[in-house]
Amino acid sequence: MISRLIDGVPRRALVLLGLLLAGLLVAPLVVDAYILSILILVLYFAYTGQAWNVMMGFAGQLSLGHSLYVGIAAYTAAALYVHFGIGPWAGVLPAIAISMAAGLVIGFLAFRFGISGVYFALLTIAFAEFTRVGFDHFAWVNGSGGFFLPVTQQAASDPLNLRGSPTMFYYILLAVTVLAFLFCRWLLTGRIGYYWLAIREEPEAAQTLGINVFRYKMIAVAISSGMTALSGVFFAFYYNNLFPEQIFSMSRSIELILGPIIGGVGSLFGPILGAFVLTALAEVVTEIMHALGYEIPGIKQVFYGICLLAVIIYLPHGIWPPLRKRLGLEDRS
Amino acid sequence: MPTELVFTVALQGILTGLVYGLMALGLSVIFGVVRVVNFAHGEMMTIASYGAIVAFGAWNIDPLVAMVPIAVILFALGYAMQAALINPFINRPEHSQFILLAAVAIIMVNGLLMIFGPDARSVLVDYSLDSIEIGPLLVDKVRVITATMALAITAALFAFFKLSHTGKAIRACADNHLGALVIGLNVKQLYALTFGIGSACVGAAGAMMTLLIDTTPNIGPVFTLQAFVIVIIGGLGSMPGALLGGVLIGLSEAMSGLFFAPSAKTMFGVAILILVLLFRPQGLLGRKA
Amino acid sequence: MTESLLVVDGISKSFRGLRAVSQASLVVPQGGIVSLIGPNGAGKTTCFNMVAGVFRPDEGSITFDGRRIEGLRPDQICHAGIGRTFQIVKPFKELTALENVIVGALRATSDVRQARRKAEAVLDQLGMTDKRNQPAAQLTLPERKRLEVARALATEPKLLLLDEVMAGLRPTETDQMVAVFRELNAKHGMTILLIEHVMRAVMALSQQVVVLHHGQVIASGAPEDVVRDPAVLECYLGEEVEA
Repeated sequence: MISRLIDGVPRRALVLLGLLLAGLLVAPLVVDAYILSILILVLYFAYTGQAWNVMMGFAGQLSLGHSLYVGIAAYTAAALYVHFGIGPWAGVLPAIAISMAAGLVIGFLAFRFGISGVYFALLTIAFAEFTRVGFDHFAWVNGSGGFFLPVTQQAASDPLNLRGSPTMFYYILLAVTVLAFLFCRWLLTGRIGYYWLAIREEPEAAQTLGINVFRYKMIAVAISSGMTALSGVFFAFYYNNLFPEQIFSMSRSIELILGPIIGGVGSLFGPILGAFVLTALAEVVTEIMHALGYEIPGIKQVFYGICLLAVIIYLPHGIWPPLRKRLGLEDRS
Repeated sequence: MPTELVFTVALQGILTGLVYGLMALGLSVIFGVVRVVNFAHGEMMTIASYGAIVAFGAWNIDPLVAMVPIAVILFALGYAMQAALINPFINRPEHSQFILLAAVAIIMVNGLLMIFGPDARSVLVDYSLDSIEIGPLLVDKVRVITATMALAITAALFAFFKLSHTGKAIRACADNHLGALVIGLNVKQLYALTFGIGSACVGAAGAMMTLLIDTTPNIGPVFTLQAFVIVIIGGLGSMPGALLGGVLIGLSEAMSGLFFAPSAKTMFGVAILILVLLFRPQGLLGRKA
Repeated sequence: MTESLLVVDGISKSFRGLRAVSQASLVVPQGGIVSLIGPNGAGKTTCFNMVAGVFRPDEGSITFDGRRIEGLRPDQICHAGIGRTFQIVKPFKELTALENVIVGALRATSDVRQARRKAEAVLDQLGMTDKRNQPAAQLTLPERKRLEVARALATEPKLLLLDEVMAGLRPTETDQMVAVFRELNAKHGMTILLIEHVMRAVMALSQQVVVLHHGQVIASGAPEDVVRDPAVLECYLGEEVEA
């Protein structure tokens, strides 16, 4: 089990990963609140990107509607907390279950009806949009007016209810991200990983080799949507407010997938690297604009777009695969 | 509810839908030939809308007149985008193409935001509030005019593809990429031309749209989605399908605004889309792949 | 007469009213090599695809290893013990040659290490060990064809279906492929059903040839008898000569 995770990984890669993890562990002790908030954002995007990567990077199913899973999980956990006093650690289970169910319904409809590629992507957007409008009119969670979790000033963190300082959120998120990374590595090095890659590359040939393509696609969707649900629960309890307009929006879906695409679709470290690069880039641009005295709305995003364009044109597989090669960190086989 | 009101709203919806159809037609033509989904389609429309707003604000040019130069400019923009950006991406995986155009879309939306700010703008011509009597129904004059022009442009485009040499060459590219290469067509140039034509459509639609709705930079992504919904309902690559899809969406928006909440209007469009994808994925008028 | 591994009995298939295969029957004996030949559009590929589970026959039965398999999905057909290759090769491009074959080897085991050992053995058997770490996208056409065979073999089939595996190969490459299949057949008792246009390979390999024309079986028997059959000469070889 454990040996499968590190089999074929060069020692240097393990050392570097260990250093990165150590750095992230001590970070809250040395950085200020602002940097910590950015690191939380980085981990949030790294984790969610990893979840999306299972579906697209591994199994080759392009979802542009992952905000759907974030959103319904966020609303589920938040509503259970506000209406029934059910804490997030208990609420996370129904949240995951509902997200997975949504993923499986979409997957079932799409894969049974033979919808793939662009059409599948559009179907995922359509379902997210449909849900967004539905929540706009869902009075139980206050519709388009937004749904709020009570914010109380507490002296001590209360991890059981996910109420507390950013440092607490940071460590929880770090643990989740590390576990997700290991989980994905475990999946990718197992039979299911090979099967997903085969399906991604050539579904017809994969089926000929005895792979039940429908079933493995469904498993990918279930795992991806279930993992994404955790992001939603985290989002609800970290930000304490949910608006259908924001959480289900297409631009949110796109934001979630930029990291893994920039970092490298299908690679394990790509989503993490992508999240770091993108978030850092955004902050640097903000700082520069601020320093230069330009406070024009939109200028940051324009710069963002240009960087994105540059990466996709010049590094088609993302930043990580060429960087990995340069660093000599590729798996030995 | 009085029947006349229902019919009036329905007719208004259909007329608006024809302009939607023209916008979506651009997307359909581009996908049908180049096989790339233009994720910046709505954003390009918004650029055209702002062009019309500026022309009206600065020189008092009617959007229906400004439409012509705007379509030409959008043609150039589309041609340049295809030639410079998209052609090298033709054989890249779909998600690469998507991210490329998503990046373009982000730049466009926020570029407009930088220039024009987030406030809604509209064009108020002297006939904006006029109505036309059609039998017992009273409909907005601008909707009748814009719908007629949308139909005329579609007809012209249809004739271009059916009759002109270039139009036939483009269709050949769409039907058989390899074959087109073999007989010596300059496929890349034809692709750029097609992207230009699709962009000109959305440019004309964007100029007209200023007479019908308020424009903000953020409606770009909304209309991108709208255009997808329309072309998939009608059938990707089918020109009459785009018009039919536009009309259906215009109608469903108008009806849901009348019978339910106006904010629920996109839900019906998306619901139709999901049903079409599941039961007739090639679209209502699309050919089976 | 040895035991029959595959018995195709009177299968038919129509597409939009056009009858592509009509009442075709053939038998592949255990350990035999049978070729399915015929001019373009004769229904060979349709026939083949019915055995491989791509299409369900409109009528007739397909019995493999004593079990009815018509209408099963391709993955179920694979689990039943039939491996196939594609005429237009479909390698998993971004995976290495070894990884390609591992996917096949995982049919019989869920343990990746075991599958890796199996895959290495199969690549070795096909003389591709030096290519194992190359991405499939970088392989040449003959190498890709070999890879297809390796992938299919790794699933440990009882019957190998080869769809024009010689097409596009040079004569020397064809001879090498023929040698591979002969060895598989002789050493490992592998049963093979192939569709083939390259008569050089058909004559060298097959113990039995089945000729399809307009969806019907018009002749079958030993290769040297079949090529002398006037009906075959007229419909098939005659056409080839003219062309």
